[in-house]
Amino acid sequence: MPPEPLLRVTALTKSFGALRASDGVDIDVAPGELRAVIGPNGAGKSTLINQLAGEIHPDSGTIRFLGHDVTDLAVDARARAGLARSFQVTSILPGFTALENAALAAQAHAGHSFRFWRRAADERALRERAHRVLERVGLAERADQAAGHLAHGEQRQLELAMVLAGRPRLLLLDEPMAGLGPEEIGRLSALLDTLRGEVGILLVEHDMDVVFSLSDRITVLIFGRAIATGPPTEIRASAEVRRAYLGDAA
Amino acid sequence: MQQARGRWIPWAGFLLLAAAAPLAHAFGDPYFVSLLTRGVILALAAIGLDLILGYGAMVSFGHAAFVGAGAYSVGILAYHAREGTGVFDGALGIGGTQAALFAWPAAIVLAALLAAAIGALSLRTRGLYFIMITLAFGQMVYYLFTSLERYGGDDGLILWERSRLPGIDSGDNTTFFYVCLALLVLVFVLLRIAVDAPFGRVLRGAAENERRMRALGFPVYRYRLVAFVIAGAVAGLAGALLANQDTFVSPDLLHWRHSGEMLVMVILGGIGTLFGPILGAIALTLLEEFLAGWTQHWMIFLGPVLVLVVLFARHGLHGWLTGRGRTNAS
Amino acid sequence: MPMRNSAPCRSRTADADPDAAAARPQGRHRHLMLLFLEQLLNGVQLGIMLFLLASGLTLVFGIMGLINLAHGSLYMLGAFVCASAVAASGSFTLGVLAAIAAAGAAGMVIESAILRHLYRRGHLDQVLATFGLILFFNEAVRIVWGPRPLFVDVPAALGGTVEIVADAPYPVYRLAIIGTGLAIAVGLWWLVQRTRLGMLIRAGAADREMLSALGVDSRRLYAGVFALGALLAGLAGALAGPLFAVEVGMGENILILTFVVIVIGGIGSVRGALAGSLLVGIVDTLGRAYLPTILRLVAEPATADGVGAALASMLIYLVMAAVLVWRPSGLFPGHAAS
Repeated sequence: MPPEPLLRVTALTKSFGALRASDGVDIDVAPGELRAVIGPNGAGKSTLINQLAGEIHPDSGTIRFLGHDVTDLAVDARARAGLARSFQVTSILPGFTALENAALAAQAHAGHSFRFWRRAADERALRERAHRVLERVGLAERADQAAGHLAHGEQRQLELAMVLAGRPRLLLLDEPMAGLGPEEIGRLSALLDTLRGEVGILLVEHDMDVVFSLSDRITVLIFGRAIATGPPTEIRASAEVRRAYLGDAA
Repeated sequence: MQQARGRWIPWAGFLLLAAAAPLAHAFGDPYFVSLLTRGVILALAAIGLDLILGYGAMVSFGHAAFVGAGAYSVGILAYHAREGTGVFDGALGIGGTQAALFAWPAAIVLAALLAAAIGALSLRTRGLYFIMITLAFGQMVYYLFTSLERYGGDDGLILWERSRLPGIDSGDNTTFFYVCLALLVLVFVLLRIAVDAPFGRVLRGAAENERRMRALGFPVYRYRLVAFVIAGAVAGLAGALLANQDTFVSPDLLHWRHSGEMLVMVILGGIGTLFGPILGAIALTLLEEFLAGWTQHWMIFLGPVLVLVVLFARHGLHGWLTGRGRTNAS
Repeated sequence: MPMRNSAPCRSRTADADPDAAAARPQGRHRHLMLLFLEQLLNGVQLGIMLFLLASGLTLVFGIMGLINLAHGSLYMLGAFVCASAVAASGSFTLGVLAAIAAAGAAGMVIESAILRHLYRRGHLDQVLATFGLILFFNEAVRIVWGPRPLFVDVPAALGGTVEIVADAPYPVYRLAIIGTGLAIAVGLWWLVQRTRLGMLIRAGAADREMLSALGVDSRRLYAGVFALGALLAGLAGALAGPLFAVEVGMGENILILTFVVIVIGGIGSVRGALAGSLLVGIVDTLGRAYLPTILRLVAEPATADGVGAALASMLIYLVMAAVLVWRPSGLFPGHAAS
């Protein structure tokens, strides 16, 4: 009997007027699995992530996370339950330093924050956690830099650090490679590779090299429908997918 | 996260204020102490507003309602104490009282409850809606107090004496000034601490990027509501002091014009600095007094000055003193 | 809001034998119905006045994202200019035209000199700057026209009453306001739905950035929309003269009601402004007319009247609160709400 998947999405449907952004989508992510979602622009990938994160409520279908139905759960509640999400357009706190950004991310999982004075021990713990996660993403030397002054690539790293700081069970990554140079992509891929096995990852990406080298399974989304799902080799070989999306280059 | 330079400014300011009273007497102008007391009380209301405005990015246009609620608490309790009757005819077992130690906490609690009710509803919205809704609710509370015929209605209520403090003669203007100053310093210190604490960080983070904070797992609405209630409570205390200062309460205290004035104090003094609003409140109080002595129509200058400050001197007096505004200001 | 003609009006024929008419059971019934109809029409008329203000304001909110507290000042300016023009020329038409022109001119001046620089700024800046404008306008009007309120007579051509239903005379002037407002509502509908300008307005309300991406000269569009709002505000002010006292501060009272209308109706939606205005106008008028009476059923007259009056003042805000619980973005939300 296979273990309960980390994430089980069933028949997810969302329409915006006449546009069917999600059309009965089924997706599983097993613990420790890296599942990629690919598809041409307009396929509904961002809408999918937004529904999984809780920012958009689906018209129908269910989302189960860690065995619980979270379809009606608010964004922040899902995050506290271990579902962490990164944004396609970098979304950090520009006025705070990189360390403070990461520390705040860690603070969200350190109980409630209705504390009106600083406790030295708590602060130390948060800063240590923040330091460790910044090291992990390779941003340790820039810890005291204001996040708004970081380079684009560094901000993407910080974005990921914030996602990891809360010790999530599942990562929803919305095009993390967007706007990165080849060296940065390589570094990020290596990081994702180490994360695989630790956490579940649902990765929406356009960079096919990354997708095919890292994923355990791939789901192909066209016009809101999951037309194919399976390991990379299967997807690469699928004529249907090629026809619909990849073209002859793959 | 607070700027390192300029930290001495608040303390210099408080010392200056403390010295102002004996100086005023030395110059033979005891009325100045009264004026300064008013400024200090409004400063208290203003720093509460700065918490939600400067640190939480919540543009509340109904702050006067909480000041007024606090003032009326003191006024109503004093009225019943004098009449010898109970509030709601003793139905809730609440008698009147002249004791500050009962009346002032009552003012704080009432204002906080009002803020909880208004905030719970208003904070479900944001942006333009939030501003208009806080304005509307403030006006509603204004009409509520205007309708209280028993407590003077439109004409207001006279307090025959100031609240009684143990061992202190609150009737003496100079003593009362120091009481208000002490409370201002106390609240200032508490808010300073809170703003740097985990709570304050969540508030500031949400002001910068609410979507991100939610995605991290913070229930932003709850933190904002708590901040809103704290601001309301502080405003309630200011209202209690104001009622004492004037020994008079009237619905005019709740007029939205005063909500606007408090916003002006915050921006004029320096938004998001906590001490800036104190500067702004005192400066505006003194300015109004002196300008009114020159011309009846001094108000016509305030408008354009405000527009100019908004357009060109965004960081206010505090920014001018420290050379810049907050580090994580917009 | 101080109102001059808030008492329900009676015709001479009804006065002649009110007791006899009211004494008959169906007479009393009819009497009550006619009173209700009168109050209802008053509510609609108030709603139409609010609509003239709310429509311009909601478009400015929706398209430029600008909160403009000085909108009430333009209304006030229109009222004062109309009063002066009528006093000087004896012609109400001239007064209305002068009011519209003055409000439009003042609107264009503040838009180009000040508001234009605020479109990209945060809401706090806009609130403070336009609050400064209110202070300025209030004092300026006080200097020019003095501190005492002015009064304008109902124009002779629109004076008197007309019987819309037998034995139910209703002031012609108020009907004229209702008619004017409805005509403007239709005109706005046509503008927004059927013209190219309207298409730009709808696009701007839905997605502000898209407009500049499409290469539209947003500066002229914004100036135009603002001018439209200013003209309507001036018109409302002129029409308000014979009904309310023309005094400093009249703009703020009605501005807050207008905000309530927009919150209920939804930012950026003219349809919402109409729905909200009528709702607010009718609820407010009927509430003031009937709440004390209704409360008399459960409490003694003195308490009922006091509580009734208080509740009536607060009623519209309670309705707003109720709408917010159900629909936080209003009844007909546009998309660019914040």
